[in-house]
Amino acid sequence: MSTATATTHNDDAHHHGPEKGLMRWVRTTNHKDIGTLYLWFSFIMLLTGGAMAMMIRLELLAPGLQYVDPQFFNSLTTMHGLIMVFGAIMPAFVGLANWQVPMMIGAPDMALPRMNNWSFWILPFAATLLISSFFVEGGAPGSGWTMYAPLSTTYAPKSMDFVIFAIHLLGFSSIMGAINIIATITNMRAPGMRLMDMPLFVWTWLITAFLLIAVMPVLAGAVTMMLTDRNFGTSFFSAAGGGDPVMFQHIFWFFGHPEVYIMILPAFGIASQIIPTFARKPLFGYASMVYATASIAILSFVVWAHHMFLVGMPIEGQLYFMYATILISVPTGIKVFNWIATMWRGSMTFEAPMLWALSFVILFTVGGFTGLMLGVVPADIQYHDTYFVVAHFHYVLVTGALWAIIAGVYYWFPKWTGRMYDEKLAKIHFWWAVISVNVLFFPQHFLGLAGMPRRYADYSIQFTDFNVLSSIGGFAFGASFILYAYILIKGIVAGKKVEENAPWESATTLEWVIPTPAPYHSFETPPTQEQIDRASQHIHTH
Amino acid sequence: MAQTSSDQYYIPHGTNWPIIGSIGLFTMFVGLGNLLHGADIGLTLMFVGLAIVLFMVFGWFRTVIDESHKGMYNKQVDYSFRLGMWWFIFSEVMFFFAFFGALFYVRVLTIPWLGGEGAGVFNSVIWPDFEAVWPLMSYPDNTGLSVPTALVSAWEIPFLNTILLLSSGGTITWAHWALKENNRKQLILGMAATVALGILFLYFQAVEYGHAYNDLNLKLDSGIYGSTFFMLTGFHGFHVTLGTVMLIVILLRCMKGHFSKENHFAFEAVAWYWHFVDVVWIGLFIFVYWL
Repeated sequence: MSTATATTHNDDAHHHGPEKGLMRWVRTTNHKDIGTLYLWFSFIMLLTGGAMAMMIRLELLAPGLQYVDPQFFNSLTTMHGLIMVFGAIMPAFVGLANWQVPMMIGAPDMALPRMNNWSFWILPFAATLLISSFFVEGGAPGSGWTMYAPLSTTYAPKSMDFVIFAIHLLGFSSIMGAINIIATITNMRAPGMRLMDMPLFVWTWLITAFLLIAVMPVLAGAVTMMLTDRNFGTSFFSAAGGGDPVMFQHIFWFFGHPEVYIMILPAFGIASQIIPTFARKPLFGYASMVYATASIAILSFVVWAHHMFLVGMPIEGQLYFMYATILISVPTGIKVFNWIATMWRGSMTFEAPMLWALSFVILFTVGGFTGLMLGVVPADIQYHDTYFVVAHFHYVLVTGALWAIIAGVYYWFPKWTGRMYDEKLAKIHFWWAVISVNVLFFPQHFLGLAGMPRRYADYSIQFTDFNVLSSIGGFAFGASFILYAYILIKGIVAGKKVEENAPWESATTLEWVIPTPAPYHSFETPPTQEQIDRASQHIHTH
Repeated sequence: MAQTSSDQYYIPHGTNWPIIGSIGLFTMFVGLGNLLHGADIGLTLMFVGLAIVLFMVFGWFRTVIDESHKGMYNKQVDYSFRLGMWWFIFSEVMFFFAFFGALFYVRVLTIPWLGGEGAGVFNSVIWPDFEAVWPLMSYPDNTGLSVPTALVSAWEIPFLNTILLLSSGGTITWAHWALKENNRKQLILGMAATVALGILFLYFQAVEYGHAYNDLNLKLDSGIYGSTFFMLTGFHGFHVTLGTVMLIVILLRCMKGHFSKENHFAFEAVAWYWHFVDVVWIGLFIFVYWL
């Protein structure tokens, strides 16, 4: 129960707004400032990684070698993957968490505000180190973002060491960010808000943060072994010294599989906020959503070797990893069911956030189904390392994770800026993107089934038509981000002012209780029990 | 646990320490990268970066300690700090888990496979003479690797070190009891003993490394045995070094009377950390030295 009243003000920063000038952004301890930094950083990284994707699609516009040499092509796919995973998707979700988690739990700020600043300010330096590898003698690594030994050890250029250090820094940043989010959610919740009162975005981030702290250090260990194998004569990944290159894959995917859930669980959370708002119904099956999220997270630790069915493993191992993998479709299915049940007989409207969230549900499910296909060992023998895999993970990461991020940005845009984005342009943006992204990735399923290998600059001529189609879709999809940037900037500068606290009239969570735009310090005094109860009505009316 | 304190949460001012830390880390890694590839500037850059990081650590902690003395932190802030330290230690556990995982994987799977277990086709063609035994005294291919003549015995220095480190876990707890009873003399004595035991541990670890390198030809490039041995004990030794520095700082702060019966989070955080390196050592003693 709430006994909290503002009795002492220990902090004079409470009484004024942000610092003046550019140093505000460098020195800030404010969760909104830091969230903004994260979001803009991830957007810049998205464009950087996207530019690389454009070069990849340009090269694949025709069979044969046109514009880039194969080594550089491989560097492009490697850096595209690393930048998108560690530079775009993960920081974007942390940015959303920074903005939203304190507001949604009725807190004044994050639990550890100075560390929050450091979590962000490591990133630009890490990204510089990562991208600088292009300019090191020998070029950027071409091992793929998975950095399998010995492609990353014996056969990698000098720049691999810089990539390793960049990954150390990125991991350091992620771990600090995750610790902060856990501390915030466990310690800063408004008095009277129970765990099962928390909005799902908060829940999914709590579980994601746990995954981050559990697996980012494992990745740090893996790349450290890689570093010593490369420079100090160790034999971790060299069979000649008694080590094993396949061991790298095991350690990497022990990190890597939870990592893919790190990139999708917060997306589930965003969809679970948006869909009830625009269906004007409480979220169906709140508790089952929480348990499904936790189940997915736990299962993510015990399925990693489904990425490696073809590297050699006992048949018992293949069977176990296959069954465990397919088991994940149960909690995931529960989630999709709940989203659909939420919309069932709802009075739905289709503003931009809802369009993105709806297409997230559909297209993520497509990616989920192809994931099931890949999880089946005999089928995977056919699909492994083909464009089918590329199509699969781009459906879950682009039309899954990225879609939810864009949905979330449109949804919370009026709360953040106090202005409305241009709804008509946003709808054009949606249809443009949703069509072009399918033209881009859907044909890649057929290419993969027909046997086109991934990670190569050239292909056999029978693959030409679908590749041309895919490239055209790719250029159109790439261009859609110019429109997106225009909509965001136009909205921030000249969008129509939002008068009411909650421009989406059925949004109930706590961030809509405070004024719009959100004040610099979110909840200087905790929300009342009545406000908390009203905010969690969407959960408890079943 | 939800917020229970009745006063408002403390949100610090803007701070320069994070950006200084980032610049330091960046400089250090750029330096190290250049050093690995033979650029002259590398070493200098690395040490400049390290100096910046140390400056940041010192300054950041000084700021926080000053604020704590001014009474700016309430119970809730204290609990946030505790959560931060717990989860940080958990991340460290997972870091060591990667290296222990590598050790177990190699011992249970890789070495038998290389010795011909399972299908046994490739190794019988490539390395027919390789014998799968652990510890590995000869490799599938010895070219360019150091072959040890003998290994470090578990029951000499490592056993002594086990006793030293476990005792230090006892002395720090003894010091903590003293702190809770406002017994300053016992507190400082306990902390000093803990620091001494930590330094002694590090000294013996250095002696053991010297012995391994000079007498046994057991080196970092002694195949997978040397790799796992030195990486696990090396990272542990690094953590003990950090822990000892932390203990020294806490000892000095105890002598200055920084801690009270009720308010000594820094002391407890360092104690947790020290127990963590203790537990890792027990794993090392059992799986690296003994079995």
